[in-house]
Amino acid sequence: MSKEEIYERLNNVFRDVFDDESIVVKPETTSKDIEDWDSLEHINLVVAVEQEFGIKFNMGEVTTMKNVGEMVDIIMTRT
Amino acid sequence: MLKELEYPFDVNYLIKNKKKIKKELLNNQGLIEKKIAILGGSTTSEIKNMLEIFLLNYGIKPSFYESEYNKFYEDAVFGNEELDNFNPDIIYIHTTNRNIINYPTMCDDEKQVQEKLESEFSKFKTVWEKLFSKFNATIIQNNFEYPYYRLLGNKDAVDIHGKTNFITKLNQKFYDYANEAKNFFINDINYVSSCYGLDKWANQFYWHMYKYAMEVPAIPYLSFNLANIIKSIYGKNKKAFVLDLDNTLWGGIVGDDGVENLAIGPEVPSGQVYSEFQQYIKAHKDLGIILNINSKNEHENAIAGLNHVAGTLKPDDFIIIKANWNPKNMNIKDIAEELNLGADSFVFVDDNPAERKIVSSYVDGIATPEIDVPENYIRIIDHNSYFEMTNFSNEDLKKNELYKDNAKRSQMMATFENYDDYLKSLKMKAEITSFKPIYLERISQLSNKSNQFNLTTKRYSLADIEEVNNDDSYIKLYGKLEDIFGDNGVISVTIGKIKNNDELHIDLWIMSCRVLKRNMEFAMMDKLVEKAKERKIKTIYGYYYPTLKNKMVNNFYDLQGFELVSEDEQGNKVYKLDISKEYTNKNNSIEVTK
Repeated sequence: MSKEEIYERLNNVFRDVFDDESIVVKPETTSKDIEDWDSLEHINLVVAVEQEFGIKFNMGEVTTMKNVGEMVDIIMTRT
Repeated sequence: MLKELEYPFDVNYLIKNKKKIKKELLNNQGLIEKKIAILGGSTTSEIKNMLEIFLLNYGIKPSFYESEYNKFYEDAVFGNEELDNFNPDIIYIHTTNRNIINYPTMCDDEKQVQEKLESEFSKFKTVWEKLFSKFNATIIQNNFEYPYYRLLGNKDAVDIHGKTNFITKLNQKFYDYANEAKNFFINDINYVSSCYGLDKWANQFYWHMYKYAMEVPAIPYLSFNLANIIKSIYGKNKKAFVLDLDNTLWGGIVGDDGVENLAIGPEVPSGQVYSEFQQYIKAHKDLGIILNINSKNEHENAIAGLNHVAGTLKPDDFIIIKANWNPKNMNIKDIAEELNLGADSFVFVDDNPAERKIVSSYVDGIATPEIDVPENYIRIIDHNSYFEMTNFSNEDLKKNELYKDNAKRSQMMATFENYDDYLKSLKMKAEITSFKPIYLERISQLSNKSNQFNLTTKRYSLADIEEVNNDDSYIKLYGKLEDIFGDNGVISVTIGKIKNNDELHIDLWIMSCRVLKRNMEFAMMDKLVEKAKERKIKTIYGYYYPTLKNKMVNNFYDLQGFELVSEDEQGNKVYKLDISKEYTNKNNSIEVTK
């Protein structure tokens, strides 16, 4: 899967989870950039991303992931 | 009703779209509002979110109090001002085996293990009793799921030192308490986690990362199970099956294949699966679920199929059999009218997806479970918990009989030209008197189930009814009615509140539609007036609040001789009746016993 394709699908997941059609995620996007992205929604986001790409993040990855770019890098290695 | 929120549901879809779903469901009319406190022993946020959409789908709009992380014990036992002010209708205690502190160790002797069991149990019992003493609420408590590892292997289930054994015993103590207590229900996460798969359920990633006691994708199943208890408490259970025949209750098409060639009975696998399904359906009769047929068939072929020697269900098990070539949604409308039940209380079971689609799009609120292959019929219907039993009364056991009796009454009515003569021929006897403890459960049930003959549509949980019963400022009457065909049991209830010494305000007036047009409402009013006079009441005030379902009682108080005081734009009406003067009894066909 190409990086562009991952970003496109990831963007849809973000829009669904936060119910906000205006979201455009970039590599440097973090929880500070999206209003509803708190620690509880983060869990749901991770689950939705896992389901979208049919992958599982491990605990180490979830705890160290700093922004969307790093999330995409992990997805790249798995798909 | 959203299909997406019926079992089997797509968890991915729900987790991703819950906000959209919530917005959509909030547009629905006639939602009843309930306050739910969630006291958690682990993270509860997503449990709350999922519970909210499942409840909205059942017509219940919840507002929530959520305890701080793992503060269920402190909130309950030491109190919390925010919780006090919230004053919940339902308190859900979400604890799991993570909240058991004192597990046995291998060094413990039998007595020490027993002490640990008692101490764990008493911790929870304290929580429940503290909450009951403070709130007039219903408590829903999780039981415990099995542990995700077994130190002793298979012996973990058997040996007193095993966690599995300890959890099993603790669960049993919870059940013993639940069997004695009122307004207390167990949310069976032990069963839900088994269905889901314990290893997946107990995915430790979610515990160590977020302190969720089960994996997030399992939460919709937990919340659905919980929502089913709550909708049952508030009278949102289904009441009747409407069943197709060909390839639903037997394999094959009776009109084409002939009775002798249908798949039913023990000889072949496909026959066995339909036999078991028939047994499953028939067992619902004992729960008070009404069985009906809606099939595209010649009537005589349908009856012949139901008389199959190997069949468990016989024509006599059904109240109404519609076997004809009418559209199925039309038949359902007719069945609803004949039973005096709302079609939204039906579960329509049909193997044909096209028929399900037509019925669900024409009949609001009806359940049309997505049964796929015959071997899955039972699981799919069962896991939807349409008939979740929270309050089971003896009335339910007799329900099918009662509806049968009603069919006989209709036949007899046809032989009379004069309706009064018909009523007299029924030789009706009523018992109308103040609430009695043995009927409180039934009274609460009736207040939650009655939609049509219901003047104010006020719902009372068992706890609410107990409160009314203990409060002397209420006049509260129930009515039982029997006739030559049978005993209808408790079928009418009224609750009036005494205010300003000589005014009685009727908060609740309900009657089961089983006894429409029998003059029971007049017998009830006669008794209410009698009781009111004893309490020196001068004026009785009646209220009518229109809903989508209670048009039949729009002019109830006019017929009772009340005078209209006011009516607002929504059609809410206030009536009054001066009883300081002469009051003439209106009932002349029912003998009211003392």
